[in-house]
Amino acid sequence: MAGIPHDHYEPKSGFEQWLHRRLPVVSLIYDTLMIPTPKNLNWWWIWGIVLAFCLVLQIATGIVLAMHYTPHVDMAFASVEHIMRDVNGGHMLRYLHANGASLFFLAVYIHIFRGLFYGSYKAPREVTWIVGMIIYLLMMGTAFMGYVLPWGQMSFWGATVITGLFGAIPGIGEAIQTWLLGGPAVDNATLNRFFSLHYLLPFVIAALVAVHIWAFHTTGNNNPTGVEVRRGSKAEAEKDTLPFWPYFVIKDLFALAVVLMIFFAVVGFMPNYLGHPDNYIEANPLATPAHIVPEWYFLPFYAILRAFTSDVWVVMFANWVTFGIVDAKFFGVIAMFGSIAVMALVPWLDTSNVRSGKYRPMFRWWFYLLVIDFVVLMWCGSMPAEPPYSTISLIGAAYWFAYFLVILPILGIIEKPLTPPATIEEDFKAHYGAHPAE
Amino acid sequence: MLRNIAITAASVLALSSGAHAAGTEQHIEDFAFSFEGPFGTFDEHQLQRGLQVFTEVCSACHGMKQVRIGELSEEGGPSLPEDQVRAYAANLSVVDKETGEDRPATPADKFPPNTGAGAPDLSVIAKARAAFHGPYGLGINQFFRGIGGPEYIHALLTGYTGEEKEEAGTTFYENHAFSTGWIAMPAPLSDDLVTYQDGTPATVEQMSEDVAAFLMWAAEPKMMARKQAGFVGVLFLGLLSVLLYLTNKRLWASIKGKKAAA
Repeated sequence: MAGIPHDHYEPKSGFEQWLHRRLPVVSLIYDTLMIPTPKNLNWWWIWGIVLAFCLVLQIATGIVLAMHYTPHVDMAFASVEHIMRDVNGGHMLRYLHANGASLFFLAVYIHIFRGLFYGSYKAPREVTWIVGMIIYLLMMGTAFMGYVLPWGQMSFWGATVITGLFGAIPGIGEAIQTWLLGGPAVDNATLNRFFSLHYLLPFVIAALVAVHIWAFHTTGNNNPTGVEVRRGSKAEAEKDTLPFWPYFVIKDLFALAVVLMIFFAVVGFMPNYLGHPDNYIEANPLATPAHIVPEWYFLPFYAILRAFTSDVWVVMFANWVTFGIVDAKFFGVIAMFGSIAVMALVPWLDTSNVRSGKYRPMFRWWFYLLVIDFVVLMWCGSMPAEPPYSTISLIGAAYWFAYFLVILPILGIIEKPLTPPATIEEDFKAHYGAHPAE
Repeated sequence: MLRNIAITAASVLALSSGAHAAGTEQHIEDFAFSFEGPFGTFDEHQLQRGLQVFTEVCSACHGMKQVRIGELSEEGGPSLPEDQVRAYAANLSVVDKETGEDRPATPADKFPPNTGAGAPDLSVIAKARAAFHGPYGLGINQFFRGIGGPEYIHALLTGYTGEEKEEAGTTFYENHAFSTGWIAMPAPLSDDLVTYQDGTPATVEQMSEDVAAFLMWAAEPKMMARKQAGFVGVLFLGLLSVLLYLTNKRLWASIKGKKAAA
């Protein structure tokens, strides 16, 4: 697919021409910054910048924290206290890093739901979507391993529960679990490899972010109408778009400053609000906490994991047809990973010809229900695994799967969509009137 | 779908009645400490009194092995003069890492670890305990009242009923703030157990408030610097937001033109 026509970098001075023939790096930066961007993007499109900022923040603070942290079961907890007490600005670095993870996930969830509403996953942006989903999975892995490092009670028991998921795989599960942990239980070997991977994965994420951006710079951004930018000529494209710099850079920076203001208030005034008090108790393999709860951003999927108990009929059926190989625990693991897999497959599950949810009168209600479902599952994940929460989790999990596997495929066939505006220019003018210069 | 909503509504109702029943067991009173809220600061006199309670009472069993003794003279804490901290340290005995023998501590050393079996280390205990939850797991109470570690400590120290029982050779003391209702630690405080240097009457209530505040400081010695950094951060980002808002508005003005009459 040809990109949107726009001006390209012309090396002028002798040095620029010399460099351009050898390494067209200025051209790359120019084309990236001057990319034609649909001029009707709304405020839901600011979270990409927030995410890029979060990645930089986490890497920058994390590298300094790693200089003072000791990945050893006898010293990890004390080294975190050393950071909090003796390292210059260490307490701020650690709180920025810990709360930075929360901001990262808040931003990624809004970013994902924005994509789900405006159909950003649909052709031709499937690759952008899939790469995004891989980034999201890596983020979850990185955050999970990072939470183990302070070696508190939740670190230890969270690691025990989550690595135990792999142990649920029939036959080879225990071998995989031992291989992941580097031993029969969560111990020093586990802490060391988690530290190593926690340092590595953000750089893999950074590389994939470049691919993610590359992919949507090839297809062009989606926009609230879901209507493509006209590409017949440069003049035509310019009616629908504005260059990323300065129009969207300034807009995004404004939004970022507002988001960071709230973030700084949380870090400065309530840095432990999103954490768990039990993680200030040093890890003790002999004392299990009353409730093992993951961080808030894992709760919806934790709820799905726990929803499928052995008395649920689908679990009993799966158990029966597989001659007992699939038990409730393994079923829960499949459901948890499956809940993310169905989301990754949404480009092929949504059958509607209309991209944006704005013009899909039935879709939007099912979508709002999905958002509510996500929040309810998050709440269930924080509650004990007992009635009524287990029932609510099960209903929530059922809706999650139904949305992607049943509702989206059917809606595309039975729904009568509204007519989107013919062009982005038309949509923009409907909001802001004519260009005064025209 | 209606059926799902009905089930959810019914469950929420069932849930609320259950939570009310459970709420009567463990009661922790909210308490207005000087260090709460975005602008709250530690009261150094209270921290000094709390240190006295910790030294004369708690440290008989409890350790504080993450806290460096020298932190007592740092800004934003009890702010003791350095010579007093040296004298305080000299009264404590620590195991020398190089020789393996006991020697008097210096401000560079950590407080000694536990001596009582089963007594938790108190370094970060004020952040490891919570007093406020919910409602219904939503975290709203913690947002407005704080997580409540110091409130928990205060409630625990004043929550003894005087009842005791023996189980498997251990004596347990009834305490309304403790999760199971029965705690292995005997009531540690009684009126006038310590004689405050500043003349404050040493009631159980006073001592528990003071030591709760002290333990919050021990857990979060950089709290005041953190709040200041947070405040400055919010202020500057607020200013930056206004400037960027105006820049953005001006930048887009010519593109947007007049807003269409709806």
